[in-house]
Amino acid sequence: MTEKTENKEASVQKLIVSSSPHAHSGASVRGIMLDVIIAMIPAMAASVFYFGLDAVRLLLACVAASVVTEVASRKLMARDKGIGDLSAVVTGILLAFNLPPSLPTWMAVVGSIIAIGIAKQVFGGIGYNPFNPALVGRVALLISFPVAMTTWSEWIIPNPIGIDAVSTATPLGLVKTSLGAGKGMPFVFDSATAWQFFMGHTNGCIGETSAFALILGGIYLLWRRCISWHVPVFYIGTVAVSAFLLKTLSPGTNMPVAYHLLAGGLMLGALFMATDMVTSPITKKGMAIFGIGCGLLTIIIRKWGGYPEGVSFAILIMNSITPLINRFTRPKIFGARKK
Amino acid sequence: MKALNALFKFKGGVHPDYNKDLCRDQEIKTMPLPSVLKVSMSQHLGAPATPLVKKGDEVLRGQLIGDSSGFISASVHAPTSGKVVAVEPAATATGASCTAVSIEPDGEDKWIDGLKGIDNWENANKKDLVEAIANAGIVGMGGAGFPTNVKLSPPPEKKITTLIINGAECEPYLTADHRLMLEQAQKVWDGCRIIMKILEAEKIIVAIEDNKPEAIQAMEKVMEGTDLNASIAILATEYPQGAEKQQIFSTIGKEVPSGGLPMDVGAVVENVGTVTAIYDAIVKGLPLTERVTTVTGGVIAEPGNVVNRIGTSFQDLIDFCGGFKSKAAKVIAGGPMMGFAQANTATTTTKTTSGILCLGPEKACSYESMPCISCGRCVSACPMKLVPSELSQYLEAEDYEGAEEINVMDCIECGCCAFECPAKRPLVQHMRQGKAHVMIKRRAAQAKK
Repeated sequence: MTEKTENKEASVQKLIVSSSPHAHSGASVRGIMLDVIIAMIPAMAASVFYFGLDAVRLLLACVAASVVTEVASRKLMARDKGIGDLSAVVTGILLAFNLPPSLPTWMAVVGSIIAIGIAKQVFGGIGYNPFNPALVGRVALLISFPVAMTTWSEWIIPNPIGIDAVSTATPLGLVKTSLGAGKGMPFVFDSATAWQFFMGHTNGCIGETSAFALILGGIYLLWRRCISWHVPVFYIGTVAVSAFLLKTLSPGTNMPVAYHLLAGGLMLGALFMATDMVTSPITKKGMAIFGIGCGLLTIIIRKWGGYPEGVSFAILIMNSITPLINRFTRPKIFGARKK
Repeated sequence: MKALNALFKFKGGVHPDYNKDLCRDQEIKTMPLPSVLKVSMSQHLGAPATPLVKKGDEVLRGQLIGDSSGFISASVHAPTSGKVVAVEPAATATGASCTAVSIEPDGEDKWIDGLKGIDNWENANKKDLVEAIANAGIVGMGGAGFPTNVKLSPPPEKKITTLIINGAECEPYLTADHRLMLEQAQKVWDGCRIIMKILEAEKIIVAIEDNKPEAIQAMEKVMEGTDLNASIAILATEYPQGAEKQQIFSTIGKEVPSGGLPMDVGAVVENVGTVTAIYDAIVKGLPLTERVTTVTGGVIAEPGNVVNRIGTSFQDLIDFCGGFKSKAAKVIAGGPMMGFAQANTATTTTKTTSGILCLGPEKACSYESMPCISCGRCVSACPMKLVPSELSQYLEAEDYEGAEEINVMDCIECGCCAFECPAKRPLVQHMRQGKAHVMIKRRAAQAKK
């Protein structure tokens, strides 16, 4: 046998045979999760800026507990580790974003265990969870520890009308109570205040206050094709339009449109939570429906519900009908025949 | 003639790395005869041809060695003169097994007597032209290998209004069609005119992607002043512009109905390579015995566009192109998006081998797939507007009926979904499996009737 033939046979044995396509875009789940983490950097910075060490503490606690829970539950199920995709880190950060600054560390840990262990791994891990894990963690905490989860830091209210200048309520709670009692807006909400809110100088969960930081991250996600514009635009648009209608119909008992957009968790929810790939619809039309549904439910809960904020519940409710939305919004195929 | 931008754009599609620089400036070279040619009887879509020769027979180039059997089939001719050394089953590029005739060339490369072109084809009878094409064993050389004479004989109730010449060559790496248009524009155009004569279509559109400006220019030049209603449509460079249905949409804005054929919207699409084969068959009377194949990829020492006889082994072609300069990890018949990975380089070329792509280990990764994260990128990429993620989940659960209901049969296996999938799911593999199962079921149902 000549040397040349030997070489040929050697190269022959090592050829990889696989189905087409033999090219790949290079996208990976890990890459997408890394992009989401990068997109959350401005909001993380804002949370540390406004809430200091408490924000650092909660972020670290949630990320660490999420990753440990992920590893432990994968091990219990005798599956591969599955933390390489970084999705547990994303869940940890998002859960921390949804917590009030003074929440005890152990509660944050409990929330993380619920988010990863129950909301995600029980269903089979990444890709199989019907509900947004971070939101499940938050809502579980809200129901289990209602006091701790609604104890906020102090903030100075700009231009108060007949109330103390220092409050420990969230802006949404404060206004809901005041409007409910027929007292109108408890402080002057002018463009200066709106700007202050937009930048994040207000009260609330550590990651939700700065619309500015969140929008920066949202733009990055759009640019990196990690989210499409449909969910945020239809979500925020629906809230804005409904708020405008309510305000027009009954100006005395409703908040200004900008207040709805800036004072609560809408930006965080619309840009980072409702856009979660796994739990939101897959088609563009479905995303639009999902966004509109989230928007309507948010307004309904804020206006008529028992809680001042409705973003978490709205998204979770819409999560539950995502499979249905997917089923009814399949695109009309190329060359579809009339039935 | 001035080429114009295509008026329409299909939804979906992807932008892979095109890597055409390896070969786009390489003039077409003709490869000398190899020591043996192994000609498969399955050169085309449909029933394999029936071998007409046996071991020990002497054959001449152009001699019929495989008779087309059935309506969708095509005849096969000896690619050179020589001796038949074997008639035995061999693996085709798709992995299936089919009878192949091995011929040892005698080096004289003597054509069989009596091959004669149709003089003055412009006044010839349509039927004679189609018959000549059938006799030449011409099939769609873009990849699918559909017998061309069948395509050119639409039933009388299907009026063909548009002939589309597919010069998109949207598969990355491949440049054979590009070089043909550049170097043999006149021949391509004459071939187009022959088809126009056969189809009596109202108009002809030559469709070329905008990453081939030289080819567009060459075609503009030869089409100048034609009395046909002709145009050149410049397609945006996007995979899969060369897919038949997508190309019809891009050029005339019509969707071929699900399960239907281009003729249902009055269109016929012919690949540039096929057109030159038609020219040779009509004008020179030559059966299809050779084609241009792009031999390329990062591990090929001297990538090129090579005229080779049908039945040339991949190894011989690779050797002709200087062999491997580094270790090959994957050898693909065709392009990277739809080509077939080969287990070895003993596979031989057929009428549809547009390229041999050899990738090094860095480009031939095997991926571990993850669960679907519903990112929707496959949905955005699918040019057939399917929901590949959902289909793949049905097929993973072996729910073939469910998959059929959500249109698995409309999948064209272009690979856009799997190209985009961040979870690296084997979407195309699932689709193929699903389509095969549905076909089995449909055939069984038909057999019962």
